[in-house]
Amino acid sequence: MIIKLIIVVALFAITLGIAAYLTLMERKVAAWMQDRIGPDRAGPFGLLQPLADGGKMFFKEDFRPTNADKWLFIIGPGIAMFTSLITGAVIPWGPDLKIAGETIALQVADVNIGILFIMGAVSIGVYGIMIGGWASNNKFALFGAIRASSQMISYELAMGVSVITIVMMTGSLSIRDIVDQQHGFWDNGWFSWNVFKQPICFIVFLITALAECNRAPFDLAECESELIGGYHTEYGAMKLGFFLFAEYVNMFISCAIISALFFGGYNFPGMDNFSGNTLAILGTLVFFAKTFFFVFVFMWIRWTLPRFRYDQLMHIGWKKMIPIALINLLITGVVIAYTEGWFSKNKDNESASNVKMEQPLGVNTSFEKTKTGNSL
Amino acid sequence: MESLSNRKKVVSNKKMTFMEKLYLPAILGGMWITFKHLFKKHNTLKYPEVKREFAPVYRGQHVLKRDEEGRENCTACGLCAVACPAEAITMTSEERKKGEENLYREEKYASTYEINMLRCIFCGLCEEACPKEAIFLTDRIVPTYFERNDFIYGKDKLVEPVDQRVDISKRQLTGKRPA
Repeated sequence: MIIKLIIVVALFAITLGIAAYLTLMERKVAAWMQDRIGPDRAGPFGLLQPLADGGKMFFKEDFRPTNADKWLFIIGPGIAMFTSLITGAVIPWGPDLKIAGETIALQVADVNIGILFIMGAVSIGVYGIMIGGWASNNKFALFGAIRASSQMISYELAMGVSVITIVMMTGSLSIRDIVDQQHGFWDNGWFSWNVFKQPICFIVFLITALAECNRAPFDLAECESELIGGYHTEYGAMKLGFFLFAEYVNMFISCAIISALFFGGYNFPGMDNFSGNTLAILGTLVFFAKTFFFVFVFMWIRWTLPRFRYDQLMHIGWKKMIPIALINLLITGVVIAYTEGWFSKNKDNESASNVKMEQPLGVNTSFEKTKTGNSL
Repeated sequence: MESLSNRKKVVSNKKMTFMEKLYLPAILGGMWITFKHLFKKHNTLKYPEVKREFAPVYRGQHVLKRDEEGRENCTACGLCAVACPAEAITMTSEERKKGEENLYREEKYASTYEINMLRCIFCGLCEEACPKEAIFLTDRIVPTYFERNDFIYGKDKLVEPVDQRVDISKRQLTGKRPA
């Protein structure tokens, strides 16, 4: 119990710390890509810049427009922050640690429906933005909120379908199971990481993740040039800080999910040469390295591509991403069915396939687990 | 009609090919460009520590020159103030008294001389108007202040100290006057 509490607090602190330093990283990456130096005045290489920014946010006047809805105005950033932080709970950060004979899972909760939990939390995240934009009583903020919510709802579909593809292959909704199935790097004559088995699914997921995080080129919700900040136009001080912070936490978590679902999480080539705590620490470091690589990719994309128009956004979401994801799902289903022996008329296989038929594609297996009730 | 400059571009609304419609190759190409920029030389200078080299014609903070014997050149004729399009220069004149010959070159001098650096547009017309080669623009930058009044420069800041002469030779060569 105490160990869980420590992990919760540690995860909370690490996520917030990383999110704070991602703001610095973003500014540095932006600067380098534009042949500039970036912030370097606060501390060596500007390392204290996030602290300075945070301090500034805290001490600014906590302004609220007269016509804004008081409580919703406060709840908005709170929901945004809350939903972005709880998603970190189900991500397995590394293999099990063993300290003093006790096994410590580097994960707050190994929920057997982990990925479903994340999808749910992400959808709640729309409320933070929507409530914030609505409560501001400002047409620009409302525009930003409308755009954000329609965009997130549209792209959630394609994201969900691409997640289902992975779940079908794995047969489990638990992220730890998904990661463990990508053990090592090479398995049975092919790469074991999902990105090599499902490249199209990965691309769809990456694009939808960008859209879900409201990052460029899908940052229509903020749109500095048109909507002067969109849903947080009227916000200031730490409430604005919460919105911006939640965005970076979201980005960090979705990069962690990408590396867990597609890039083997804490698995790395040659991991069988290590064991015990060494493996746990190395695995955790590898996982963070992968996550930060994707954070960098997110920033890289942001400082490369211009923003989509609203109709282009909807066009890509509904007419491109969802059909591609669905076709990919269909093909994956057929291939799985084939390998499980559904199409074979061989008598020997029939008995085996009959058992599978009752629980097609293995998805149901995990639901069975849910019903029996795993300890959360 | 034939193009004379050869710069005419014909706009076409051709259909995009499949690869172009995918966008991904173009996006990767763009990302490759930004990636190369990560390792390029930064154009930013860390200003207070490193200063950019100015062009010889740079027009910065003014100086009121003294002659070789250390006497002020300015005779408070007011031509600079008349020439100034931003109305930034004011002055009051006074007659030179006995015993001040080592301070002022001619019988009349400026007892006060003020330039409002917030009004000044650094056009250099004062310099051009001056018949006595008294005022020049230099390669020094006017610093920032918190109060507007601090930007009104009096003689204490404008006249060059006798022991720290301001080099205006580059600026002199760029004008119409011979060196």
